[in-house]
Amino acid sequence: MTIAVYLAIYAGAAMFLAGCLRRILIYARAPLHLRWELYPVPHEDPARAEHGGSYFESAGWWHKPQVFHRCREWMAMFQEIAFLKSLREFNPRLWIPSFLFHGGLYLWIASLILMMAATLPGALTPELQIARLSVALLPAAAWAGFAGEILVIAGALLLLLRRMTDVSLKNYTKAGDIFNLLFFIVAFAFLAAGFVIHGSNAASMGEIARGILRFDRGTDIGVVLGTGLMLTSALAAWIPFTHMSHFIAKYFTWHSVRWDDRRMERGSAMESKVAGYMNYHPTWAALHLAANGEKSWAEIAASAPAQEAKK
Amino acid sequence: MNRPTTPQDASRRGREALIHLENEDLMPLPEPLASPALDHSWPLLSDSCKAAYECGLDNTCAVNIPQPKSREEEEKLVAQFLSGLQKLFSRENNWTFLQPLLLTMEHCTGCQTCAEACHIFEAGGRKELYRPTFRTEILRRLYFKHVKHGGLLSAWQHGDLTLNWPLVARLIELAYRCNLCRRCAQACPIGCDNGLVARELRKLFSQEMGIAPREIHENGSMLQLKTGSSTGMNAEVVKDNIAFIDEDISERTGIEFHTPWDVEGADVLLIHNAGEIMAWPENPGAFGLILTLAGVNWTMSSELAAYDSINYGLWYDDAQFARVALKHVEAARNLGVKRIVLGECGHAHKALCVVADRMLTGEMNIPRESSLPLLRDIVLSGKIKFDPSRNEFPVTLHDPCNMVRLMGVVEPQREILRELCPQFREMEPHGVNNYCCGGGSGFAIMGGNNFPDWRFHVSGRKKLEQILNAFSDCLDAAIPKYVCAPCSNCKGQFRDMFAYYNLWKENRLMYGGLAELIVNAMADVKPGFIEWEWH
Repeated sequence: MTIAVYLAIYAGAAMFLAGCLRRILIYARAPLHLRWELYPVPHEDPARAEHGGSYFESAGWWHKPQVFHRCREWMAMFQEIAFLKSLREFNPRLWIPSFLFHGGLYLWIASLILMMAATLPGALTPELQIARLSVALLPAAAWAGFAGEILVIAGALLLLLRRMTDVSLKNYTKAGDIFNLLFFIVAFAFLAAGFVIHGSNAASMGEIARGILRFDRGTDIGVVLGTGLMLTSALAAWIPFTHMSHFIAKYFTWHSVRWDDRRMERGSAMESKVAGYMNYHPTWAALHLAANGEKSWAEIAASAPAQEAKK
Repeated sequence: MNRPTTPQDASRRGREALIHLENEDLMPLPEPLASPALDHSWPLLSDSCKAAYECGLDNTCAVNIPQPKSREEEEKLVAQFLSGLQKLFSRENNWTFLQPLLLTMEHCTGCQTCAEACHIFEAGGRKELYRPTFRTEILRRLYFKHVKHGGLLSAWQHGDLTLNWPLVARLIELAYRCNLCRRCAQACPIGCDNGLVARELRKLFSQEMGIAPREIHENGSMLQLKTGSSTGMNAEVVKDNIAFIDEDISERTGIEFHTPWDVEGADVLLIHNAGEIMAWPENPGAFGLILTLAGVNWTMSSELAAYDSINYGLWYDDAQFARVALKHVEAARNLGVKRIVLGECGHAHKALCVVADRMLTGEMNIPRESSLPLLRDIVLSGKIKFDPSRNEFPVTLHDPCNMVRLMGVVEPQREILRELCPQFREMEPHGVNNYCCGGGSGFAIMGGNNFPDWRFHVSGRKKLEQILNAFSDCLDAAIPKYVCAPCSNCKGQFRDMFAYYNLWKENRLMYGGLAELIVNAMADVKPGFIEWEWH
């Protein structure tokens, strides 16, 4: 059991990281798109950002350098991530279940990080006694993890209920969406049950964490907790291949689309990029484009449209 | 049909539309239009229209897609659609919007937050068909099935859909049931953009299948690139019209001025929406007077397309968009002007200042700006003497989406109105949270079949509610009221919608631009520049 759990955790973590990396690379390597920002843009001058204004409010804007107030941008992102601000503002009915779910996940991930941080030194240097380092941290981390699991289960149950009963959600809910929520509920229920059965013995949880880090086959994980860990690993491996990886997308939709008001400067890297795209050879078939795959974007843009035959 | 329409329904064969709207289905309006019984009845599509065109969406017809004559023709059209779908997700063909499109395709959680922000969904009686995610869901399923080549697991995860001609035909019409105002994208917790999806679908249909509404393609961007303006005016006609406007405005104001043409090295190249010259000549006239009195070194250009700021490609076609944007900056470069200033036209603002910014490299990257900050600076500079009491009537401000939510020009127009209009009041919500006029993305100029009825009843309904609420304390016909709309497209929508609901005759509800209010308040011009006559 112990080895199976370890292997599941290693494989799940590897697939999660590889899947996330793949997705990040796909979006990061996509061509720079045309400007498509949406206001308010928080990194604007604070006086303008208050009402959603841009540097276009200033006549002769090109004479002034573009200033980015990154702190404001990160503050806006923090509010969005931590409190799901948009959802609270525009869809308050869904905010409570979603906040429970995401808040629980954050708590659980924080506990995981805390647990690993507390056990890592002991795992790397076995002569250090784990209890000495983690006596304060591990019980808090273990209980935080348990609280996170309960919140995730509660949030997922409420989200499931909404998806099954609210007509507006039901119409767009696929079998995969139900499966994803059930996956969370079952995996985290096993984790929570495993914690309860295992007791709040922090040393035991710490041992498990250390065992994972050191591949210590002698650690007794227990069937329920072990099942929970294997299911959670499978869930982690699955997430990057679903829309649940929106934590990655959100970085790009916010920073690269909604808030991307970088302007074209002569001689800039952006200008070189766009000049490269203008050499692409599109193959759109409509007559007015005259895009036969031999003309570049630049040539098409500089040409008059071909007159279409009367329909 | 009692059950909600589903994406799979869009594949249904048969002549019956998926939904049919009645006044009782729609969001109620405030007084004086509170009773659905007093509202216009919906004109049905003619039999000849139904026989000739695809009208299977909502008994409204915007695009006039001819019905295929055989299954073979249907299959050919579906194959064209599939080919376009592949191109929409390829780097070479769609570098312009690939990244945001991919993000929207792959990450919507289906939370429906966007629907609550959409004026068409709300005003249209919350019909599934008008939900922002409805068309996106169709495209998403097609994307995973035909672009990503997903099998059974993908269908289970993302949903399945039968691709056939009825689905494509309905999707073409559905792409023209969105104003592209992107209020939905502003609300989305993930950042998905259903407005972009509607725009990209339009692009697929135009760039691959050659299908677009006649008003925005043949009579729009094609005509502009051929004659210089979608109004059909060539340079000589425009110059004649402007000369007439100059004379008329000089006479009305008592201050003589002449619009300068093709002045090399001028500080400002002013480009109006040429529709203003035809429909609202007092607007370019007011601009000419203001710039002349403020001592601005300005000019207009008679080069092809440079006297018409419109760029309809923004709504449906990247190639047409790029071609028109290039014409605008080429004219500026040829004259050697220091900057391009755009008159009161929302989509022209976004097209040339924002979206085209990443197409214009090197010497084509000429500074481009909105006229609103320039007007604000002139009004507040003290160069011109004003008498705000001349604007002593209720004024509210419409925020054109393209200038405000999509460009961030929010305050300059307000600073002017606060300075010059004592009875200025805001609509709610306003600024970047505004609602579209209902004529956005080309709807204001699309007048085929019963589409105008749809845009007055549905897409314009939320804005109409806002306007009536803003003037709820002064609806009496004895009090003239002014909706300031610094955008030609929005003005076109207000002109048609107010006339449709008889709001000028019954409630003295007028619309107009910002420059007209400025001239109306000038202390040194003859009083009464705004004539309070319906036009």
